Amino acid sequence: MFSGKSEKKSRPKFKISWIFAFFLAIIWVVVTGLPFIYMVMNSFKGQFEMLQKGVFQLPDSWYPENYIEVLSKGFLRYFMNSVILLVVSLALLLFITACASYPLSRMQFKTRNFIFGLIIACMSIPIHVTLIPVFKMTTSLNMYDKLWGLIGPNVAFSIPISCYILTTFMATIPKEVEESAEIDGCGKFRNFFYVILPLSKAGISTLAIYNGVSIWNEFIFANTLTQSKAAKTLPLAISAFQGEHSMNIPVIMAVLVLTVLPMIILFIILQDKLVKGLMAGAVKG
Amino acid sequence: MKNMTLAQTRRRSTRIAASVFLAPVLIIMVIYIIYPIFATFDISLYKWNGISAKKVFIGLDNWKDLIADKNFWYAFKNNIIIMILSILIQIPLGVALATFLDAFGRKVNAFKVIWFLPLLMSSVAIGFLFSYALATSGGIITTISQWLGGGKVDLLGRAPHALYTVIGVIAWQYTPFYMVYFIAGYSNIGTEIYEATIIDGATRGQYFRYVALPLLKPVIKTACILSLIGSLKYFDLIYVMTGGGPGTATELMATYMYKMSFQHFKMGYGSTAAAAMFILVTSIALIIQSIIKERNEDYV
Repeated sequence: MFSGKSEKKSRPKFKISWIFAFFLAIIWVVVTGLPFIYMVMNSFKGQFEMLQKGVFQLPDSWYPENYIEVLSKGFLRYFMNSVILLVVSLALLLFITACASYPLSRMQFKTRNFIFGLIIACMSIPIHVTLIPVFKMTTSLNMYDKLWGLIGPNVAFSIPISCYILTTFMATIPKEVEESAEIDGCGKFRNFFYVILPLSKAGISTLAIYNGVSIWNEFIFANTLTQSKAAKTLPLAISAFQGEHSMNIPVIMAVLVLTVLPMIILFIILQDKLVKGLMAGAVKG
Repeated sequence: MKNMTLAQTRRRSTRIAASVFLAPVLIIMVIYIIYPIFATFDISLYKWNGISAKKVFIGLDNWKDLIADKNFWYAFKNNIIIMILSILIQIPLGVALATFLDAFGRKVNAFKVIWFLPLLMSSVAIGFLFSYALATSGGIITTISQWLGGGKVDLLGRAPHALYTVIGVIAWQYTPFYMVYFIAGYSNIGTEIYEATIIDGATRGQYFRYVALPLLKPVIKTACILSLIGSLKYFDLIYVMTGGGPGTATELMATYMYKMSFQHFKMGYGSTAAAAMFILVTSIALIIQSIIKERNEDYV
């Protein structure tokens, strides 16, 4: 995993400084790992078991009753909402971003630099500056508390970084590929669908991961634009369960584990690709 | 049409194709980003509760109030403290972890996987997890303190500690990001340079100090910019974990704006705070970019 160049270097000799480094490394392992252990272990406990017997005591039984409770009390509703929102937003986002990146990377026209600059400039805009007008717009268009009201904001705020990444990616495809297709009689549109789009698969899949994760975790718009269970997404599930089970910490821990689980499964399947996708947003400051 | 040269027709068809391809993205961006920015500035001139149709134009009164609003500037100060400490904690720690992994290679892969884990959790989930893990009853820190014979530790409940506790949690969340970022930076340095340095008789420490660190400099700079801009926009984690409290101890510009607008229903004033946040974030971003450009031209 990770695009590193491991095992290239000679083994560091075991000096005091390396033992010290190892010691610090283990401390950071504990700091990182402990909250996860805390979360998983306590998610199997009963409400009073956790506080009475100590939080680092192994649970009495590993029977997943909290998980059953959470799954039967509407967790799947939030989960499905998130899945639907993700699939629709991502499909729309990837398609229109690919469309926009094509002329930005491979055509010459007067307003090109201006448009590209505008899109880049939107990258560092804080979401909050748009929140009230978007809220107002959503309510007046009767999209408040509807799942599909979240598609627009999710797509819009993923566009700038995605366009930037895909435009730079498409610019690396050699000119000749397109020219030869043009000689064969391909117009701009056929060129895009049959030549450029297939060649941009790698860039698009990186974008899919990066945006997929950020849409999956999106909180601000979901919190502002939805209210009822029918429209809420997974990031809101935790506070919804907290409202119902405020004193039952183990149930909340089970909800937390269930929200992290999809990402961990994705990480196991994709490994390097996921890491690369997560880092995609870091291409430019 | 008849009098057009071939080049002109080509240019025209390019223009048409470009506008068709760009239209969807531009339309969505105008609706959801560009128009709302102007609208926010517009709403900032009104007194409005966000629900009723009654909007009272009050000119720059909201702006005058905001400039005199101690809470907003306190929130801004918190943003700046988070920004500075995030850079000072996360980036050196990220470099240290990446250096460790670079030195030991595949043998410490388990470390790498564990260190990476926080990146798989959303800010919201982290916020909730730590609000329990740092609580006085059933929390991790309190439990450890009691094992060691100490009392309860209330990290989030009191004003001076709460902000630093939050900064610690943010470091927990984002250090792995910078770690992976610097691992990529290390892999760009290449094996040959390391070997050449060692053949020349340098120690590992000298290699790090005189070779790796200078070569990582551009990566570190970019990481600083990312951390900087991110710090000014923090919201999810703090909103969930402390809600800006206790009192205003961990209030940020974003949480303040959100509270004003959606809890106190002062949408006009909330818009003013949002617009001010926009101005502050954009100007800080521009200043930093120009400083970096001045310093060395070859860095974009």
